[in-house]
Amino acid sequence: MELVTPGIGLIFWQLVVFLLVLFLLGKFAWKPIMSALHEREASIENALSAAEKAKLEMQALKADNEKLLAEARMERDKILNEATEAANNIVETSKQKANEEGARMIAQAREAIENEKRAAITEVKNMAASLSLEIAEQILRRELSDKTAQQALAQDYIREVTLN
Amino acid sequence: MKRLFVLLFSFLTLNAFAEAPAEGGEFEPGAMITHHIADDYIWHFADGAVVYLPVILVDNGEFKVFSSHNFYNEDHETVPYDGYALDHGRIYKLDANGEPIVHEGFASWFDPSLIDLSITKNVASMLLSVVLLLVIFSVIAGRYKSNPKAAPSGIQSFFEPIVVFIRDEIAKANIGPKYQRYMPYLLTVFFFIWFNNLLGLMPGGANLTGNIAVTMVLALLTLFITLFSSNKGYWKHIFATPGVPAWLAPIMIPVELMGIITKPISLMIRLFANITAGHIIILSLFSLIFIFESLAVSPLSVAFSIFMMFLELFVALLQAYIFTLLSAMYFGGAVEEHDHVDDMGFGDGTHH
Repeated sequence: MELVTPGIGLIFWQLVVFLLVLFLLGKFAWKPIMSALHEREASIENALSAAEKAKLEMQALKADNEKLLAEARMERDKILNEATEAANNIVETSKQKANEEGARMIAQAREAIENEKRAAITEVKNMAASLSLEIAEQILRRELSDKTAQQALAQDYIREVTLN
Repeated sequence: MKRLFVLLFSFLTLNAFAEAPAEGGEFEPGAMITHHIADDYIWHFADGAVVYLPVILVDNGEFKVFSSHNFYNEDHETVPYDGYALDHGRIYKLDANGEPIVHEGFASWFDPSLIDLSITKNVASMLLSVVLLLVIFSVIAGRYKSNPKAAPSGIQSFFEPIVVFIRDEIAKANIGPKYQRYMPYLLTVFFFIWFNNLLGLMPGGANLTGNIAVTMVLALLTLFITLFSSNKGYWKHIFATPGVPAWLAPIMIPVELMGIITKPISLMIRLFANITAGHIIILSLFSLIFIFESLAVSPLSVAFSIFMMFLELFVALLQAYIFTLLSAMYFGGAVEEHDHVDDMGFGDGTHH
């Protein structure tokens, strides 16, 4: 029975002392401890998130660098390609030009030859004509010296004309 | 640690030896055990190492303060002093014939005109524990204040995980977002109970947390904090429990109202009974030596006591945890937003 009958004195002291210690610890121990814990946790969390952010930034930076590098590489390839192409073009065009020039010169030569040939032929023709005329004149002059021959010739011409 | 235990057992054994002849030749284990776990006006560490604590009486509004030494003669027997007598751990007023005054209508041990506010063994032990608490935690708080962002060191690193555990696993888990308000009480009650449980296991220690007055005050504080922080939902659950048909109200309301009271009563009895039982078991194991009056029993009895002592060290922590946890759960039930919670009051329902 003694065990389960609470003593007034102990109740009193327990209440007073416990409330006092609750107040004192609450004010001077739990408050600073809890706020310090909270602060520390917050700072750790901040540090972690900052580290994470830095990591992400680093990654972004690295990715940027790589992109830049890749772009530069692409640019270089493009320039090289263009240069090669340009060189090829130049060679090609020079070749073509040379060919054209050659062709043109051949054509001119041909034309000149043709002209010369034509001129030569014309001269030959003219010469042949004048020669023929001279020959004919000589012939006619000798033929027309007698009257009958003249008539026979005229007769021939007439016959030829009617036949036409 | 080992040395401490050896010392502890030697003290306890000495006490048991000392007690046997003092209680009149025949060894009475029941009386010895009751005497050890009950409160006392003296602090008996060992024979010859007795502290006589001050007696403070309020007799009809009149303060009387004197040393409890006055109740003992040279042979350590109780004697009346100044019209008061000490009997079975209580002080009685004596009438002219030297007989205890019995008031009509009250139990024989209760005297409405005499309020006993003595600094008993339990009160002294409590004051000691409070000094320990204040010193330890002000040192720790000082460390936190001086360099708040440094990693904990020394004693701070021992207590920090416990504080964090109470905050995260007990308060946050059971109370919810409003846990901050209850942290000082939960931390204080946890360390108060734990420290006093451990002090009670020390040689010559007082059985403070195994005293019903102490557990009653703690349980009542939990009850008052619960009631003062209760919201509408808490009372709605009591007077109109959701999901229960209205015609059951005549049964439900008294049951729920009784539940308010039974929660702190269970807290009070659980702590009291666990700690007292542990003390009784250890003392009983030692008593075996004297019951059998044989030294041969002592190895067995000491082995069992060592086992019990380790168990008690665990129980000391466990009971502090349980008291704190249940208090937190009651606070949680009082401040919880009860809308649409289909959990029958166990706090495990889904929240919408």
